[in-house]
Amino acid sequence: MNIERSVRAGDRRVFLKKLLVIAIGSVLASLPLGAGMAVLLSPLRRRADRGQAIFVATLDSVPADGTPRKFAVVSTREDAWNRSTGVVGAVYLRRTGHTVHAFNVACPHAGCVVEYSAARAGFSCPCHNSRFDLNGAISDPKSPAPRRLDALDVEIRDDSQVWVAFQNFRTGDTAKVAI
Amino acid sequence: MRTPLAWLESRTGYGSMLRNALYETVPGGASWRHVWGSALVFTFFIQIVTGLFLWLAYSPSTHTAWESVYFLQYRMTGGWLLRGLHHYTADVMIVLLVLHLMQVVVAGAYRAPREVNFWTGLALLLLCLALSLTGYLLPWDQRGFCATGVATSIMGITPAIGPQLKQVALGGTVFGHHTLTRFFALHAGFLPVVMAILIASHVHLLRRHGRALSQPTRRPDCAWWPDQALKDAVACFAVLAAVLFLIVKPSLMGGSAGAPLGAPADPSDPFASYAAARPEWYFLFLFQLLKYFPGRSEIWGAIVIPGLTLMLVAAMPWLGRWNLGHRFNLGFLCVILVAIATLSGLAISEDWHKPEYQAAVSTARVESQRAKQLAGTLGIPAAGAASLLQSDPLTEGPKLFARNCAGCHRYGGTDGLGQVLSEKQSASDLKGYASRRWITGLIDPRSVASISYMGGSSHTTGEMVRFVSTVVAGYTPEKKAQLAQIIAAVSAEAQLPRQHDLEIRDNRAIRDGRDLLADGNLRCTECHRFHAPDDATIAPDLTGYGSHEWQVSFISNPADSRFYGKSNDRMPRFGEDHILLAEAIGVIADWLREDWVDADKLEAPHAASGGRL
Repeated sequence: MNIERSVRAGDRRVFLKKLLVIAIGSVLASLPLGAGMAVLLSPLRRRADRGQAIFVATLDSVPADGTPRKFAVVSTREDAWNRSTGVVGAVYLRRTGHTVHAFNVACPHAGCVVEYSAARAGFSCPCHNSRFDLNGAISDPKSPAPRRLDALDVEIRDDSQVWVAFQNFRTGDTAKVAI
Repeated sequence: MRTPLAWLESRTGYGSMLRNALYETVPGGASWRHVWGSALVFTFFIQIVTGLFLWLAYSPSTHTAWESVYFLQYRMTGGWLLRGLHHYTADVMIVLLVLHLMQVVVAGAYRAPREVNFWTGLALLLLCLALSLTGYLLPWDQRGFCATGVATSIMGITPAIGPQLKQVALGGTVFGHHTLTRFFALHAGFLPVVMAILIASHVHLLRRHGRALSQPTRRPDCAWWPDQALKDAVACFAVLAAVLFLIVKPSLMGGSAGAPLGAPADPSDPFASYAAARPEWYFLFLFQLLKYFPGRSEIWGAIVIPGLTLMLVAAMPWLGRWNLGHRFNLGFLCVILVAIATLSGLAISEDWHKPEYQAAVSTARVESQRAKQLAGTLGIPAAGAASLLQSDPLTEGPKLFARNCAGCHRYGGTDGLGQVLSEKQSASDLKGYASRRWITGLIDPRSVASISYMGGSSHTTGEMVRFVSTVVAGYTPEKKAQLAQIIAAVSAEAQLPRQHDLEIRDNRAIRDGRDLLADGNLRCTECHRFHAPDDATIAPDLTGYGSHEWQVSFISNPADSRFYGKSNDRMPRFGEDHILLAEAIGVIADWLREDWVDADKLEAPHAASGGRL
């Protein structure tokens, strides 16, 4: 009886020791791994771009006949530690009457840059053949694009300047989600 | 029925391997004596894990190395902890290695059949030092840059192959992009792989020969798991606690937690920071040793003595075969350790008593802080963070002034960097130039001809001094009040940031002063021009006086008709004659104007992003 108890007590002690080693070991491993994972995952903390208005073109330079024209968007570019002024993207501007429409040139399917074609009277993607009409809607049902071209907010200042709230959006998604 | 684990066991034998590892016999039972190996393996584990994650953020080139480390440490979540773990674990690893070596020598555990294992241990120690040396350069800060420069120069005096060896290591004749790519590849690739192989061999040999005992013990043997494992785990825990303490320590002393990061290395001005550069503390003894070998005998201190010492240590297993030999080994190890401790102590105490070193260290600290502040507010341009400091008036202005202006001028009585010069001052003191206070002193009969203003130059016999000491000296209180307004108006031309609030307050007086000046009331415009074309002027234009543009033009060519013309004394045409680049002249002008990005306003972005400074 006594022997049995002492064996059981011994077992328990060994078990507790093992438990303790595993507990300490987990703490030891989790600190460097945890710090590393925090760094690894830190890009997820980046907030979505709010799309501040950026001067893109003068109103005169957008064709009055409704033909879309491509313009570069120049703004402050942040790349990790670097901050510089440069091209952050491009937009198609199109005039209809007194309003100007803006589309992000990135195809919502996989982010290739769409091209305007006068012959097709619309935009087409050179990568996977998505087609969009002049209003940005999908014009060919076989297009792999999940949604229409991404329209951007436009503001005309002083009756002469076109300012665009430039944003990029998640590709491959039916919803238009700013990134 | 066979479980998947049983299947895996039958295919791989992993279970028996694991059992074999866990139930290693520990002779004489679990003991604290046996924890060193595990503690060292643990430090290696930390270095591999943190090193791999650091790799995610590090960019090895002269324009991005410091920048990426800065970004990691101050902008990425957990970056300071990750880098701190890597940095301080390296320190602890060296300490543990030396303790382990001492333990092995004292116990005579190097004796047959464990000679080879002794050598693998010794090789691991050297590898560790090599890792530390290569890692020290990677952040590309002033300290690492200069210290590694010295280390590679020592490598360059190796007989026969030195220069070639150095050139291969540097990827060229001077430090550059390829120095970093090479050091990084060594630090994160070659050396760790060799180290892993050596550790595996070391452990394999340990298992082959069993753990050594210094004296027979009567206690029964036990298995490593879990008795010894618990002691090992506690030891590893102590190691981690020590590392964490070292990471947090700077914040207890008013700094920020984590590994230090100096100002970015500036290869365009590599001579600026050697005075503050020291190697890691465990290399200080070598650093000190070099001081005792003058001229061409350097090779003795740098290579021969350390090399022979190392060879003698490596020969310990053979010497230790005899009892006397073992005693010799013990004595020799003591001598080495005492020598290292003494040399390190001397190095530290010499620096402690060396004002130039202390000054250089505090300058380095200020510059490092400033670089981080500028990087935080302005962002870093593509040319790298060093360019932030180069174009920063607060940092670069006094240096440029000391080098180019302090031969004649002074700044608050010094050369701009705080040194009082023995040379005689022969031109004005420019501290507060164009401020109301400065101009007031200039138009004061008591000080106009003093050394602080016109006293040192040929202008001391000129019209201005004559005018001030005769006409201004006889001013009535009413005229004096008018003069004060004119001074305010002229000073306002400079648009000094420091007087900005003052000038908004005194808006009206400044307007009146401007009118008085333009009307020629106090005869200033008889010689000076002020906001009106006038070909008959013989003295510097007061239009925009002291502004950035005015000062840059003046420094570029003081002999221009807009300024002193033919009456220019000795001042060189810094821009016109290409003595200084336009950017440097701009920096000097802004420094004199005290026009720089304000440190107080710089803290905010860091606080907002949760970064630490």
